[in-house]
Amino acid sequence: MKKLLEFRWHGRGGQGAWTASELLARTALLEGKYIQSFPEFGPERMGAPVAAFTRISAEPIKIHCAVYEPDVVVVLDPTLLKAVPVASGISDNGVFIINSTDEPAKIRENLKTDKGQLWSVPATQIALKILGMPITNTAMLGTVARATNIVKLESVEKTVKERFRLDLAEKNFAAIKEAFEEAKKE
Amino acid sequence: MKNVCKQDLMAMNGDEAVAYAVKQADVDVVAAYPITPQTIIVEKFSEYVANGEVETEFVCTESEHSALTACLAAAVTGARTFTASASAGLALMHEMLFVTSGCRAPVVMAIANRALSAPLNIHGDHSDTMAQRDSGWIQLYVENAQEAYDSIIQAFRIAEDLQVLLPAMVGLDGFTLSHSLENVNGLPDEVVKKFVGVRELPLVATHEGKNAPFKLDPEKPMTMGPIAFPDYYFEFKRQQDEAMKNALSVIQRVHDEYAELSGRSYGNGLFEAYQLDDAEVAAVCLGSTAGTMKTVVDELRQDGVKAGLLRLRTFRPLPVEELQKALSHAKAIAVMDRSLSFGGNGGAVFHEIRHVLYDAATHPFVVNYVYGLGGRDSSPKELRVIYEELQRILQTKHVEKTINYLGLRE
Repeated sequence: MKKLLEFRWHGRGGQGAWTASELLARTALLEGKYIQSFPEFGPERMGAPVAAFTRISAEPIKIHCAVYEPDVVVVLDPTLLKAVPVASGISDNGVFIINSTDEPAKIRENLKTDKGQLWSVPATQIALKILGMPITNTAMLGTVARATNIVKLESVEKTVKERFRLDLAEKNFAAIKEAFEEAKKE
Repeated sequence: MKNVCKQDLMAMNGDEAVAYAVKQADVDVVAAYPITPQTIIVEKFSEYVANGEVETEFVCTESEHSALTACLAAAVTGARTFTASASAGLALMHEMLFVTSGCRAPVVMAIANRALSAPLNIHGDHSDTMAQRDSGWIQLYVENAQEAYDSIIQAFRIAEDLQVLLPAMVGLDGFTLSHSLENVNGLPDEVVKKFVGVRELPLVATHEGKNAPFKLDPEKPMTMGPIAFPDYYFEFKRQQDEAMKNALSVIQRVHDEYAELSGRSYGNGLFEAYQLDDAEVAAVCLGSTAGTMKTVVDELRQDGVKAGLLRLRTFRPLPVEELQKALSHAKAIAVMDRSLSFGGNGGAVFHEIRHVLYDAATHPFVVNYVYGLGGRDSSPKELRVIYEELQRILQTKHVEKTINYLGLRE
């Protein structure tokens, strides 16, 4: 693994981007990594674009600022592609993980960059089917596990079961598993 | 580090880490009033109380002024006390901060550092604690959640030491630390309990000429914080200053003893010198930004630049001689301030560090960088500019601007 992996999560207020960043961090900690998870510090309003960040490293993490050059960008809500410069700071080796039912070419058009590897998953559909709500954060976490290999699915299951009460934990993990399997690489 | 004990690895934000330390520190009384970004400390601690995990008397007060007054009142009966605040809350305590230190009450307080209004801002900077630097409280500033946990535990020992007997505040940057999840290793309950021990009280002479523990006790009445007019007031204040000086060695001793237990140390407890020994250009920084500065130093070192950092952990008492020794060989120094002293020609930390260096024979260039007010983020790229300017000063032997503002629209 690269010394320090930096994730930037894009969502809308209330969709659980911070929770997802935290679940990923807690899972990495279970696997013995050093972690950071924090939201973008600013106004938080239901429905408005928000960001959250995760850092994962094999060594203690010294840096304490927002993520400007992410290794991984996760987009929880497809409408954000046109509203927010989600590709900002991404490198050639970066990874995009997008909630979308669109074809990769169409997603690329909205991303406005050729850089990075692109993964997509119909997370809204998965969330509606399994959770009965368009809350995509846990499904997106499943796709992150698949695309980055940074954490094992079993560890994600442990974190989710610690975080949610029994029935919610099962449903959320079902969404995570389905998104893990459904994820498509460009 | 053969005696390092087995610890629990947890994911915690800075506020939770503080609450966890207080839970383990056998605290008798916690009185507090919630304010962002300190709120999680009080919330989490009230959960411990509700779950019966602590025997602490938890007092929900109607204001911060009352919270500190309740802690002071409890502390002078011999109790171990804790409170937490930030920003406007700390400002409202202002009067009682002086009464607490003047009564030599070793209250420990966590501050989730936050900007002051107006305009209203809930985010991190050091305006709140810097405005209280002359209130007679020990001030420690931490770099991460782990250090917040470690420092709260140490603060009880430092404040309650009989050579010190002063209140202590531990500052953690609002949101950047208070609300960010990080790895925190927690010591076992019994180890912390043993480390903090039972609060000792000094023996003082009563009016009957007998020795009695220095505490308010109806069985043995005593007056505390009485009136002292021009005939004695000055002596009281001089003693407080002496106690602050004593705190310098106590902070180091407690830090070293804790390091033996935990395997974690923060420089000498007063400050941390990072790549400073042979540094030509150096910065002085407090709090979480020091971590980001370390990554900048790492990059610069790879490029062959002799860059270093001094992360000041103990701002009160100011370790004057130690700082002079650690910094005087650097040729150009940038002091970073996350607060402003309006009309004061630079920030508080700058004033003090420059004052420390006035007596250094080497006379390094010293400039000020004000940064991060109201929670403005500082990226490594922006922070690197500080070192680039120091290098330019070294080359040209000329300071263009003594007071600089980082990442500001002008």
